[in-house]
Amino acid sequence: MAIKDYLRKFFPRSLWVYHVNTGACNGCDIEVINVLTPYYDAERFGIKLVGSPRHADVLLVCGPITRQVAPAVKRVYDAVPAPKLVFAIGSCACGGGMWFDTYNILGGADKVLPVDYYIPGCPPRPEAILYGVAVALGLAPKKTAPVYARQKFLDLVESRAEPQAAPQARESS
Amino acid sequence: MIISKLKEALICLKAGRVTLPYPFAPRVPEEGFRGRVVVEAEKCIGCGGCAEVCPPRCIEITDPGREKRVLEFLLERCTYCARCAEVCPEKAITVTKEFETATNDRQDMHMRVEVFMSTCGRCGRCYEAPTPLDRMMVTGFRPPTGHQGGA
Repeated sequence: MAIKDYLRKFFPRSLWVYHVNTGACNGCDIEVINVLTPYYDAERFGIKLVGSPRHADVLLVCGPITRQVAPAVKRVYDAVPAPKLVFAIGSCACGGGMWFDTYNILGGADKVLPVDYYIPGCPPRPEAILYGVAVALGLAPKKTAPVYARQKFLDLVESRAEPQAAPQARESS
Repeated sequence: MIISKLKEALICLKAGRVTLPYPFAPRVPEEGFRGRVVVEAEKCIGCGGCAEVCPPRCIEITDPGREKRVLEFLLERCTYCARCAEVCPEKAITVTKEFETATNDRQDMHMRVEVFMSTCGRCGRCYEAPTPLDRMMVTGFRPPTGHQGGA
């Protein structure tokens, strides 16, 4: 048990990543490489690019899943040893991007793989990718939430329209 | 040989530290960066110009009721081109510099805006407002010139 806690404490600090291009335009790939340069230096957090999915903890998926690449991506995912994370990098991997409904694209990475973290952007800034990794490691809090905005006049109109729909409720109150 | 190595070491020491302290210190993007879009619901007139020009078609417009129009922004496939902000006649859509949008839930990238649509006084139905593009089909795509009827 003590060893397990020890591992849990230190294992997340060294994520080894394998970078998969599933049909991206290379924009996201360049930004991923940018994160590994000394300027942003992802190796501070133990992040290292590895050459084989069997050595990796994390899959960085860039690009929409094309129909041709989908079985290969599944094989890559199966090759990663069990405690694994999938990061969808870029608008294409998050939701299909501009090609979400074209004939040769299945959609975002979550159509094929269980995605753990989404990093939207076209391409995402290197800082945005670092931020996503920091969120995954627990170094930074998540900042986004679904936004719901509504015109105030609509509230007025609907509150006026409601008693007509349910007159009983108005009499009781 | 040794001197050249020492020179190399000196150059490396001179360079100093270039790594940004980013995840621990905030960083403001430079001027002109386009981040997540924000909609001011009070300004929106529901014309649908943004949905028309959006390259990934991430703005979905539905009319669930007689007086309501819902704009659903599916920002996970937004390409941050800011054409929606450019085309918006009321300047309701603005582009922020927010780039820290990484999330573990796809729902976090959705934005829902509900807009009141005025109805026809006679029949009580919503009428379709012309989009800015339709307006440009009438007035022309060139900016207005100083003198009129030159040609």
